[in-house]
Amino acid sequence: MIGHTGTWAALVHRVSGILLVLFLPGHFIALGSALEGADHFDSFLVWTQQPLVKFAEWGIVLSLAAHLGGGLRVMALEFLPWRDWQKGLAAAAAAAAIAVSLAFALAL
Amino acid sequence: MNARAQTYMWVAQRASAAVLALCVVVHLATMIYAIRGGLSAAEILARTRGNVAWLAFYAVFVLAVAVHAPIGLRPVLGEWLRWRDASRDGFLAALAILLTVFGMRAVLGVFL
Repeated sequence: MIGHTGTWAALVHRVSGILLVLFLPGHFIALGSALEGADHFDSFLVWTQQPLVKFAEWGIVLSLAAHLGGGLRVMALEFLPWRDWQKGLAAAAAAAAIAVSLAFALAL
Repeated sequence: MNARAQTYMWVAQRASAAVLALCVVVHLATMIYAIRGGLSAAEILARTRGNVAWLAFYAVFVLAVAVHAPIGLRPVLGEWLRWRDASRDGFLAALAILLTVFGMRAVLGVFL
């Protein structure tokens, strides 16, 4: 069961990492548009008000939080002496990621 | 790739991860705080323009990402796409440069 949990944790970590790599160039280009003036930047922000874009934003925030939680889990397993509580790290990471993404969704 | 290079990459990945852990917590908290009531360019730029602390923070954030993402993607390309020859490292180096250039442009975009 623990091996199974570890497999899922590794898969989520990997997929969330890929999504973040795909998202980042667009994110940087959008923020860089501020160089062309606040109006340019604002027209982009208006575009992000669409429901589908907001849903995608929520997904990327969930990915970021999940990748953070999964990464902290990996480092705890690698660097801390093994303790029984570490079996619960994957669940803790999942819970924290969902909590962060819900906080983001509620603020949207 | 020789063992020494692999060790350097492992260290770089863990070191950048430690930096990113802190950056991402700050970024998530700032984002959730900032989006309440909607985002506007004026609101974002009021926070970031001329603010050297944010400039330093996001510059470190971008550089850590530029190190972390290509190293993390390397085994994914090898295992899932069977892309293991030298061109893979060329692609990943290009990705690191792209993330650095576009990331720094974004950081300057909201600072200047």
